[in-house]
Amino acid sequence: MSVLVGDSTRLVIQGITGTEGTFHGQQMIEYGTNVVAGVTPGKGGQEALGAPVFNSVQEAVEEQRANTSVIFVPPKFAGGAIIESIDANLDLIICITEGIPAADMVKVNHALENKKTRLVGPNCPGVITPGQAKIGIMPGFIHTPGSIGIMSRSGTLTYEAVHQIGSHGLGQSTVIGIGGDPIIGTTFIDMLELFATDEETEGVVMIGEIGGTAEEEAAQWVVDNNFSKPIVSFIAGQTAPPGRRMGHAGAIIAGGKGTAEEKMAELKRAGITVVESPADIGQAMVSAIN
Amino acid sequence: MKIHEYQAKEIFRNFDVRVPDGKPAFSVEEALQAYDEMGSETVVVKAQIHAGGRGKGGGVKLAHNRNDVESLSSQILGMNLVTHQTGPDGKKVQRLLIESGIDIEKEFYAGIVLDRKEKKFVFMVSTEGGIEIEKVAEESPEKIIKEWIHPETGLTTDQSKKLGEALGLQGSQLDSGVEIFTALWKAFHGLDCSLMEINPLVLTKNDEVIALDAKINFDGNGLFRHPELSDLRDESEEDPAEAEANSFNLNYIKLDGNVGCMVNGAGLAMGTMDIIKLKGGEPANFLDVGGVANPKTVANGFKIILSDPNVQSILINIFGGIVRCDRVAQGVINAMETISVNVPVVIRLEGTNAKEASQLLEQSPLNFIVANSLSDAAEKAVAATNGGGS
Repeated sequence: MSVLVGDSTRLVIQGITGTEGTFHGQQMIEYGTNVVAGVTPGKGGQEALGAPVFNSVQEAVEEQRANTSVIFVPPKFAGGAIIESIDANLDLIICITEGIPAADMVKVNHALENKKTRLVGPNCPGVITPGQAKIGIMPGFIHTPGSIGIMSRSGTLTYEAVHQIGSHGLGQSTVIGIGGDPIIGTTFIDMLELFATDEETEGVVMIGEIGGTAEEEAAQWVVDNNFSKPIVSFIAGQTAPPGRRMGHAGAIIAGGKGTAEEKMAELKRAGITVVESPADIGQAMVSAIN
Repeated sequence: MKIHEYQAKEIFRNFDVRVPDGKPAFSVEEALQAYDEMGSETVVVKAQIHAGGRGKGGGVKLAHNRNDVESLSSQILGMNLVTHQTGPDGKKVQRLLIESGIDIEKEFYAGIVLDRKEKKFVFMVSTEGGIEIEKVAEESPEKIIKEWIHPETGLTTDQSKKLGEALGLQGSQLDSGVEIFTALWKAFHGLDCSLMEINPLVLTKNDEVIALDAKINFDGNGLFRHPELSDLRDESEEDPAEAEANSFNLNYIKLDGNVGCMVNGAGLAMGTMDIIKLKGGEPANFLDVGGVANPKTVANGFKIILSDPNVQSILINIFGGIVRCDRVAQGVINAMETISVNVPVVIRLEGTNAKEASQLLEQSPLNFIVANSLSDAAEKAVAATNGGGS
């Protein structure tokens, strides 16, 4: 699936001259992603990774027809960086930055209302369409083009799923890390909508974790919309104690809500294959699509 | 970040949120001094720990005179307070709040949290004050009245009025309610809070609405905007190993099991804990060493895991993406040469340069148990504990 990113992507890297932006920018270019510009306020006119650097996203749009942005800006400025890209009417913004204050994300969400722009993240590994484009920090080489869509709230656990899908002879259509924060742009439901109509996607892996109700909402959506492709799901945090934040700002069982148990029950009720062990994701998908 | 009630009330005072007169005390002498200065006959002696349910646990007592203050303070200070939020081990009380008694007409609940679904902050009130709000939410959700806060306007006067009316406030009571709700939102917004709860918020016999309790959590991601708040951190409330991990920029949470784990990434770390349990073991901790698993982070990780005497084996599970597995392996080898690791170490490295990594591990004179899959790793780590998982 190249609904989100692919051959038509024209990428601008916000924070291209920083350590992370430079390193991952290089990796993305090596994977074949079309990086057309970089943005670092005050460094306009320079060049980085062979692409022109601008002071603003708007200039990158005007000069280089950028349609997608990836953000490696520190948390202090990341909320503002997202809003800048929304104002520049980009199609897609992928925010990798971890540690953005929740209040800033409330503002970002407001800025997204009634706009065509889609936000992925923040605090996510990004999106990859294997063989076409990689936008984010995931290791490109573990992916192979194929028919399984993978969506996840985690980073390295996503790589684990990709690895298992690959070692069972299946590949991936699109892999997306939707992010580990309490407020994120693209949700599981948004992705299910895309996977539903994508001809290349035959099955979906959903990797959730404790906290919030995103998995329960996705389960309800699957029922309400008769989503017909097989889904395999793993929920991380079955052994997590309540009231403790498990690394991700969004991964917390609060007020008795958001437990793995509840989520797994809801998913099963919706006909989704739920694996208890993260080692069983690949095998379960093989069984589910056959 | 959590703070104590007395600290939260100090913040409330600065934002013109009405609270009872009160003073913190770290000793019985200070408690008596506070009592003498306050000039209120009846006071409440309140244990200050980072957990709710203190009243039920015996940490909040009414003192009718000076003698009461003395006996109750010495009784509560140093006690091990167990509440539904502390876990079975409880928490040792090291601080008190001595507070003027209030003539209560009615008790309410007020709270501000992030509504993840609506992607907005939500102000909640309920007439069911003074009891566990989670129970109210479950049994009679209609008794919790909510106003979602628009990011541009903030909490409006109209919304504050609605909240006050929902509590049955009238006339000057309502004015007092609107004032306090407005001030609470100002404090919440101004300090990047992630949670604010006042349970109970009370209507006094004098028709004033005041915050009898105060709970504030700050959004850790917003702390850079408020460096002064770091002074409010009470490290004695934190697990010492967790505090140390924090200083190394590692994410560690101690659990009750015996299989220590060191993993890169929070999701994979949780998944690793889960699979240990499925294989019949009990995870000793959550530890996310982050994206860069270098010799230093690995060494620090070992130190922290081994500070827990329950740990009988360690499972290292790294999915090398940007970080190369051979570098991680070298890091583990270097770390184990400098720190004495006296429990079996099971290593599973997958991803970039995984083959080179296993060669390094196999060639090392150190004793590793190398695993070739996630499942295999968990089985071996559980088997390596004294009980072998049984």
